[in-house]
Amino acid sequence: MKTTGSIGRRLTLLLAGVAALLSLLSWGMVTTLARQAAERTQDNVLAASATTIAETLRSEQGEVRLELPYSAFAMLDAISQDRVFYRIAAGDALLTGYDDLPVPTAVPAPGQVVFDTGVYSGEAVRMATVSRPVVAGSQPVQVTVTVAQTRHGVGTISAELSRVAAILSVAFFAVAVGLSAVAARTSLRPLNEIAAAVSRRGPSDLRPLRRDAPEELAPLMTSLNRLMERLGQSIRRSEDFIAEAAHRVRTPLAVVRTQAEIALRSVGDEAEKTRLRRIIRAVDESSRSAGQLLDHATVAWRADDLARAPVDLAELAAQTAGALEATAAMKDIRLHLDTAPARVAGDAVLLENALRNVLDNAIKYSPEDTAVRLSVRTADGEARIAVSDEGPGLGTGPAEALTERFRRGDNTEGIVGSGLGLTIARDVLTAHGGRLEFAPAPKGRGTCVSLVLPSL
Amino acid sequence: MRYLLVEDNRELADAVINRLALDGHAVDHAPTLAAAEDCLASASYDLILLDVMLPDGDGREFLARKRAHLETPVIVLTARSQVSDRVGALDQGADDYITKPFDFSELEARCRAVLRRRGGSARNQIALGDVLFDPLAGTLSRDGVTLDLRNRELRLLEVFARHPGQILSKGQLMDRLFSYDAEVTENAIEVYVGRLRRRIDGIGLRIETVRGLGYRMETARP
Repeated sequence: MKTTGSIGRRLTLLLAGVAALLSLLSWGMVTTLARQAAERTQDNVLAASATTIAETLRSEQGEVRLELPYSAFAMLDAISQDRVFYRIAAGDALLTGYDDLPVPTAVPAPGQVVFDTGVYSGEAVRMATVSRPVVAGSQPVQVTVTVAQTRHGVGTISAELSRVAAILSVAFFAVAVGLSAVAARTSLRPLNEIAAAVSRRGPSDLRPLRRDAPEELAPLMTSLNRLMERLGQSIRRSEDFIAEAAHRVRTPLAVVRTQAEIALRSVGDEAEKTRLRRIIRAVDESSRSAGQLLDHATVAWRADDLARAPVDLAELAAQTAGALEATAAMKDIRLHLDTAPARVAGDAVLLENALRNVLDNAIKYSPEDTAVRLSVRTADGEARIAVSDEGPGLGTGPAEALTERFRRGDNTEGIVGSGLGLTIARDVLTAHGGRLEFAPAPKGRGTCVSLVLPSL
Repeated sequence: MRYLLVEDNRELADAVINRLALDGHAVDHAPTLAAAEDCLASASYDLILLDVMLPDGDGREFLARKRAHLETPVIVLTARSQVSDRVGALDQGADDYITKPFDFSELEARCRAVLRRRGGSARNQIALGDVLFDPLAGTLSRDGVTLDLRNRELRLLEVFARHPGQILSKGQLMDRLFSYDAEVTENAIEVYVGRLRRRIDGIGLRIETVRGLGYRMETARP
């Protein structure tokens, strides 16, 4: 399955992006407002200063007299240590101050303040200009007062505020990213819970999911449940079909076999007996192969999604031995059990099937009137069921090759088998992280097959 | 022993009935679940052989329904050897199952094993003179002395005990004792008879050789 990104990551990124945008915006706004506030303050002070100077103007003996009030400059100092310039002119004639200070071309109406921004002696300055008519002699003279100040203070204040705003914005952004991640995870939790609930299930658990889920997940739950229902139906249908087909085929086979067996008892001719035996054997081969093929498929299916419940191998061994006791008794084979509790995690049905195949083999290849020993032990973190027989041994060739599909030993002639039994056993053990081991039986005659599993 | 066989295939049912009759068992045959209900209502059985697929329903469902008030052991005859099916049958209260097609000897062996597990009953004991033979437990007893028999000795003795005083040929004994494909000769019968003779000699049972015909068991006169 190819994954296309992560919803959680995408959600986090989206929320973080929004947070970044908001942080940037708020930082920009704070910076602008701070600058504007600082500028307005400077403007107010400049205006007050210019107005104060203008108010000290008076006419004395036909001349405009001026007394520069200290307070007019002191208030400017109050906001910053910027340089201050001024120019006071009566008409075009400079009364005092810096003559080259650029002044606005339009003379403000009395009582109005004109602000301007310009460059003076290489520095940006803010200027406030007021004018006032002073009656000097016969003619009233329009006196303009211009006060200018460099803008370092404004810059410093607004930079300071902007810096604080930036720190706050970054902090806000960091918190927002953290919260976004938490929010993304929280909103995805119901989805993860559903996924966990589905994957916790056993291989054949197709019951509908019954759990509370947020409204947005309801359609997903509904379609998931519908899918499981359909899957369950189709599995049931194919199981029913297999059962029906098996029944339809095997019942007539059973009739053939029983009739052949009855005939075998009643004919005297050896050649005919041989023929009947061949018929019975063919029936057995076909039914056994069909059964083992089905088992093999079932094992493969169940092993794909292995259930892991605690299983006591001692109990399993006793149960399996019990089931095969009748088969063993037919050949006067005694089953000896020597078990100690050995717990493993796995699928009991599969493990039983594996052991049954191994035990069935041991009984099948054992001579009459012998013993088959089953021992269950735990050692070095491994649980082991050992099945030893007093049979002919494994024949020549590597023992592990016997677990290949349809492979049978070279000394199995005359014994019905499908060649799948040990393959099934090996597949079950491999799926459980275990293995099948072959060794000569401890007593020098026969074979010891061990099912080794990691113990709990 | 009285068996109930629930199986819809007539030929198979007949063959099983004939075979079980050889061991002296009476078998009632029910071809449907409805017929099985009737049989169970009117008689009591020692063992039920139940097919899983019947014309009027599923044998396992029938079993699950009946199990609560049915003491009789049940062996399920199934067409599937699949793991889940076996487990399912046992879960629903079957004592054992056997896969079709089956070997008669295996069917007998399974019946015996189930009956033995369920504890048998006194009425199955056979009196051979003053020796009491319990084929299920595999014991012979006389005057408080009990003798255990091995499976094949037990089978052989059972055949003799079911036919007291009759001459049984080696071929007849072979058929009852071995599966069709066991590679045995008539000599093997001689070996087993010899072994059984030695085992039961002490308890007062004797097997006679009838030259050219076979064997016959005589119970010792008190």
